Formats: sequence, structure tokens, C-alpha cells
Amino acid sequence: MKTDVLVIGAGAAGMAAAIAAAKNGLKVIVAERDEVTGGILNQCIHNGFGLHYFKEELTGPEYAERFRERLSEYTDAIQVLTDCHVLKLNRDKKALLVSPRGVFELETKVVIYAAGARERPFGSLMIPGDRPSGIFTAGVAQRLMNIDNRKIGNRALIVGSGDIGMIMARRLTLEGTEVVGVVERLPYPGGLLRNVIQCLKDFDIPLYLSSTVVEVRGKERLEEVVVANVDEHFKPIPGTEKIFKVDTLVLSVGLIPQVEMLDGLVSLDARTRGIACSSTGQSSCEWIFAAGNCTAIFDLVDYVTREGERAGEYASRYVVGERFTRNVPIVPGENVMLTFPNSYSDVDDLTLYVRCRKPMEKAVLKVGSFERVFEDLIPSEMIVVRVPKQKLMGLDRIEVTLAEV
Amino acid sequence: MRIAVIGAGVVGSLIARELCKYDVEVLLIEKNLDVGWGVTKANSAILHAGYDDPVGSVRSKFCSAGNSMYTELSRELDFEIKRTGSYVLAFNDEEIAVLHKLLKQGEKNNVPGLELHDRDTILSKEPRVNPEVKMGLWAPTAGITEPWMVAIAAVENALENGLKLFLNEEVVDFERQNGRIVEIVTNRAKHRVDVVINAAGLFADELAKRAGTEFVPLHPRKGEYILLDKKLGSTVSSIIFPTPTEKSKGILVLPTIDGGLLLGPTAEDLPSDRKHDLSTTSQGLEAVKGFVLKLVPGIDFSMVVKTFAGLRPESPQKDFFIRASDSVRNFVNVMAMRSPGLTAAPAIAKYVVEEILQQQLGLKLSLKSDFNPLRKGIKKYAELSVEEWQKAVKENPAAGRMVCFCNEVTEAEIIEAIRRGARTLDGVKFRTRAMFGRCQGGFCMSRILKILERQLGLDASKIVLKSPNSWIVDGKVRE
Repeated sequence: MKTDVLVIGAGAAGMAAAIAAAKNGLKVIVAERDEVTGGILNQCIHNGFGLHYFKEELTGPEYAERFRERLSEYTDAIQVLTDCHVLKLNRDKKALLVSPRGVFELETKVVIYAAGARERPFGSLMIPGDRPSGIFTAGVAQRLMNIDNRKIGNRALIVGSGDIGMIMARRLTLEGTEVVGVVERLPYPGGLLRNVIQCLKDFDIPLYLSSTVVEVRGKERLEEVVVANVDEHFKPIPGTEKIFKVDTLVLSVGLIPQVEMLDGLVSLDARTRGIACSSTGQSSCEWIFAAGNCTAIFDLVDYVTREGERAGEYASRYVVGERFTRNVPIVPGENVMLTFPNSYSDVDDLTLYVRCRKPMEKAVLKVGSFERVFEDLIPSEMIVVRVPKQKLMGLDRIEVTLAEV
Repeated sequence: MRIAVIGAGVVGSLIARELCKYDVEVLLIEKNLDVGWGVTKANSAILHAGYDDPVGSVRSKFCSAGNSMYTELSRELDFEIKRTGSYVLAFNDEEIAVLHKLLKQGEKNNVPGLELHDRDTILSKEPRVNPEVKMGLWAPTAGITEPWMVAIAAVENALENGLKLFLNEEVVDFERQNGRIVEIVTNRAKHRVDVVINAAGLFADELAKRAGTEFVPLHPRKGEYILLDKKLGSTVSSIIFPTPTEKSKGILVLPTIDGGLLLGPTAEDLPSDRKHDLSTTSQGLEAVKGFVLKLVPGIDFSMVVKTFAGLRPESPQKDFFIRASDSVRNFVNVMAMRSPGLTAAPAIAKYVVEEILQQQLGLKLSLKSDFNPLRKGIKKYAELSVEEWQKAVKENPAAGRMVCFCNEVTEAEIIEAIRRGARTLDGVKFRTRAMFGRCQGGFCMSRILKILERQLGLDASKIVLKSPNSWIVDGKVRE
């Protein structure tokens, strides 16, 4: 089989990228390993999606449905292969695909990689103790409850107060599981204030800040979780242990970009741990573009959609012969934890995503000769800003800083 | 004649298979829900070369012999081994002296191919080890395997050859007549027997006591491990040991069969009443981290996939205890299988059946004419050529449905694992490597739960992780 564009992953980024490429008149094949398109959106039955992109509040499945409908408007141009796993991608632009319908090779002109992220598993946290059942990542818990209609336990503790952790606290409560608390190792909540109120305060779920799990106990099913306070270096403080008698532990402790399929083909960014991308979505391998959570973990699906569209647009232009040459590295400076994209190609203005290093009341963002003041900054909330092309002229390195004022 | 083996670890399973070569009725009784889930499940997974064991010890008698049997055994039973070779590294003159002793001991134990290598040779073969290394003992016959797979493969093959397997059945008592065991009483049934072989791992001393035979007291020695992502699997290509101390072989760095990197174990002696304590500790995990960096600096601990602990049965004699009982004439103890129990197991199985049962106890066992020594492992579709895989998918679409993306396990493999006896999530995991990878089941666990539900005709709430009360999900959230 042959195609112009192979999109790997039919989540928010992949669907948007496919549509953008089809709009440019290209032939697109989308390979999705799940049985349906939509990716993780399908299991996120809470609302709050689409406020930026659609200017209205949708649930995850609704958001996915809108893009599924758009995809279906391009049936001539886009072929969606579900239940189809890309096993290998080779330097010669050939991919090996496997599905219940067959194992086959596909030759493409360009790849848009949109494989998303995976959750950091319990095992990677090196928490001492037993290895009972009843320990779930938030995504697995979400899938079991929201898609498979299963109750995951009776009394739960949640680790991680990012948006997913807090939303899961509410969801579990609504589904009849008693949530005894949310544990967060930072001294402030990891997610949006609106979620602290709507998911925790409204349901009387306690939030334990500067706390961490130091042991799990239970020979068969989980029985107890030991939580301790941490010092400023996140080290547990002896003597502060509290025991929670729960049969369920839900972990929401971070996402890791999925990059393994492109091992050896593209460069990664050391901070995002994702695929290093230019502002065109192009990776270090010129025919591979990438978008979404496999490049950096985004706060909102709306951003992921926009990144998918961008990658789809530039990948299409690449297919018809355009080359993007000037690539200026973008580097995080003072008070900046990470930036995305990782380099700038001066074909257009720069849409820049910035995550600050610490909470700040007011700070000036400086990018080249561009400056803007932001208020109430927290690390869990990305700053998104469009930097005009003119402000970045002549630089051979773009440093992004946040000066507290 | 009915011969019962108690304990389906690697030792019990291989004894049971060995017995199935003869015209006898063989019973294998295991208290866990699956085979290989006791001591066998969590250890360093090493085929030791055999230079560690004191000359004249029972261990030395079986280690290098067992090691050499693994080549044929892995071919017959279709499980993977890799002869990676091993290094014992010395960093000072004292340790160099120990290497010389080990070399001599190894030669007396008939370990083939031992060599002392200088720093440059070591660094050319293992460029990531600490460059301060002075000398290394190279043992080319050392290797790695998946210990639980050895037990699974042996039991599958034994079942083909007539074995009667009793899982989830715990031996609670013995009926005796005239100084012999005539019946094994379990929590579920009574089994009339002619001979009993006690291979009950950590609990073999308690069983022996109950049967009224001689025994050595056992206590658990805990070993904690850290497993790292496949990305780091090529950090070392052989097994890297420190110079051993009196107490243990030390904390090691080694590749795993499926491409990961394993670090550990600690060696913590626990009292005999803590035979169920498989918990990891912060001290243990810190000890592993600290120690391995001296052997192989620069290991990236952000790539940890999981941590776990295993227990080895240790006796005051620090040696295997393998003998027919004097007081109960039809009872054989195969206990205190500390390291290198996994390596020695095939040689022990042969010894128990040929020497103890036939020569010492004088049992007249005749070989079956129709014993089939071959077992095929579950087909790994991702290892096939594209053409072969294509053909397989045409016949069976499930062979093209990828369920575990990290380790590339298809639905067909999971269904086959269930057909072969997996009843739990861990049963599927240990047979297929699904959920073993870097996402630790994040994408596939819920799908595997559904496949188990469908194939077993059970509601998901009845499916467990590893033991009867390790339930995964409860009832439905919506009717």
C-alpha cells in the first residue's frame, strides 16, 4: 500500500492532523491501535473540553465525536484503520502494520506521529511495601469505570492532585467509591483551581499537600496506604506517617510521551522527554512530523488539536516540496521549566507553550525582543502565547525567561 | 504406583516431569493458583556456572551439572535461555585473591571455560562497568532464563504425559500406617499415595515436620530487586557480579531474557515466621541503587519499571538438603533450595528419580514407551516473518490484534495462555509477558481482563490478580 501521509494515532492530534492534510488534497491513512478513534478522550466522560477550540464545554466523547464526524467528511482522502498497530517504521519510509485483517507494509511520503502519552506506572515510583491488587493508574481506573462499567473498589486514596487526579476523586465518589483523600507532594495543588473547588471542596474530599505515599500494605488486595509529610526536597519526614485503610489506590502522577516507536529515527528533548520538534512540527528526521502529547504533555486537548492541525499543515507542504530550513533552538531560561516547540522555523509566527518553574503572582515573559506580563502563574498551567515573526528575526538562539515583578 | 510431588516450583515441576517418563501415576500438588509462584517467581533468574559452591557441598554436586542440562532442556521444553556469561569483578588486591580462589574452586567443581581477565579485556567486552576494575573472573557457561517459564514448561509437558495437577490445594496433614505415608490430606481432598516428594520450597521444613521426618529448619532470605526499562537492556551484555562475601554473591547487574535490566538482590535474613513477607523496603531499594553504581556507574534510575522482592529458603547448613527420610521410608525431602537452586534443579530432578527413588528406595520404575519429551511454547507472532504472520492472521484474526504494545503480545497469545491454564492476570502475564513491559499494563490490563472474562465465562469480579482474594474489580457502576 502507498499513501502520501501516514498518521500514527487517531486521538485529538492525529485526527486534526489527518483533516488538515486532507484539506490540502493529500491522501491520508490513519493507523489507530484501539478499536475506535478518539484516543483517551473516549474515557474522559467529564466536561471541560473544547472551551478554547469550540468555545463551548464538551465531554471527552463529545469532543472526539466532533472530530470523528469531520474525519468522515473526507472519506475520499482519509482512510482510517482501527485495531491497527504500527509495528515498525523504517528509514526508507516504510511502515509495518498489523491488524486482525492482516499484516502489511505501507509506503508513505511523510509520517505524522501522534501516539500520545502513557501513564507513569506504580512500579516506577519505587514505593516500598507489598504488591497487592487494587493499585490503578488514573487512566486504567477511568477506563474500567467509564467504558467497562466496573467498580474498582470501595474506599480509595488518590495520589496526585493534577487535574486528572482531582477529576478521578469526583468520579469515584459519584460512582459509589468512598474517596478518603488526595495526596500531593507539592505544597500547592497540581491542577486548576476550578477543579480543586468542583472536584474536592464540593465533595468534602480532603487534600493533603506536601505529602507522599511511603508504603503500601496488603498481601492480596490492598489494605493500607501509609502517607507521610515531605520536606522541601520531597523527602518523607519520619514520625509524620498517617495510615489510610483503603482497598484502592489511584495514581495520577504524570504522563510520559510515547516515543519508543521512533527510537533511533528522531531526537528527543531532554526536558519534555518527548520528540523534539520545530515550530512546524517537524522532527530531526525531516519526513517525520509529530504532534500532541508525544512531543510534550499539554494541559488542554484544545492545544493538542491545534498542534495536530499545525503538523498536518506543514507536513502537507513538505509533501508538495516545501522545505523548512532555518531552525533556531528555543531554550528555557530563568523561572522556566519547559518550553515547546523545541526550535523555531521562521515560516510563520511562533506559537509558544511555556511552563513556569514555581508559582508567581506576576512575571514578564521575554522571548527575543517580545515581552508580555502574566499574572497568577502556576507550573500546572501552561502559558500559550503567539510571538510575531518580526520579534524573532536574526536570533540564533531563542531564550525564554520569566522575570518576577 | 502413585507418587506425589508437593510444590510446583521449578524443582517440584522438574521432578514431576522426570517422573512422568516412567509408568507411574504422578500427582503434583500446589497451594498457589499457578505453578512457579513461590520461591521460583522472584529471583535473579540466573544459570550459575558453579564456581561459587564449596568443593564437596551438595550444591557443587548439582550446579554445573544442572547448568549444562539447560541447553537440552530448553530445546525440549521450548523456553528461552541465553548463555550471556558472567563476570565477577575485583577492585582491589584482596578481591583479586578471592577471584583466584573461585577459579580453583570452579575447576574442582568441573566448571568449564573459567578465565581471569584483565581490566582492558573486561572493558572491551563490558564498556559500561566501573573503569576502576582490576580483574574479573569470566564464566562463559553462566546464563539467564525466566524461572517461572521453566516450571510452566515442565508442567505443561508433564500434563501431556499424564501428570495430575492440583492447584489451589494446600497440604494440611498426612495419614500414616506402619511408618509410611499412605494419604496426603489437603484443604480440599485426600490423596492416597505410595511415595511423597517434598519440594515445598520455603515451607518444606513445616511439611517435613508434620510428616514426622528429618528436616533442616528454613528461614527466608529476602532479596529486593529493581527492574529497568528495555531501553537500558544493553547496558551490560553479561551478568556482572561483585566479588562475593561469606554471606552472599552480592548485588548484581544483569540483562533479563526479554531485554530489560535487573538490579539486585539484597540479602536480608528474616525469622522463620516471615515466609510470606514479600514487601520491598526503602532501605533495601536504596541499598540496591547505591551498590550497583559501584559496579556499573551511570545507571539511569528514571527508567525504573518496577521493584519487587523474592524469598530464598536458607538453612543453617547453607546447603541443599536432598535425601530420603530414614524415619518415614516413603518420604523424600528436597529442601533448602537456596541459590543456585534454579540452576541445579534439572540435575536434582534426575538424581531424585534415578538415585533416590530407584536405587536407594529400590522402587521398580519402568520407562514409558510413549513419553513425549517435547513441548511447544506459545507462539510469539511478533517474532515471525511478515509472510508467516500474514498467513497466521488469515487463519486466526486474533493473531493480528495487538493487545500488549510494549511487549508485542497478540490476543491469540493471550487466548492460548488461558487455554493452557492461565486463570488470573498474573497467569497471563507470566505466560505471555503482556503487562510486563514499560507501561505495566496501563494500556492492556483492562483488555486482558475482558479476554479472561470472555474465555473463562466468568464475570470480571471473579477474576483475580494472583491469589483468591486479590480481586481487581467489584460489581458494575451502572446497571
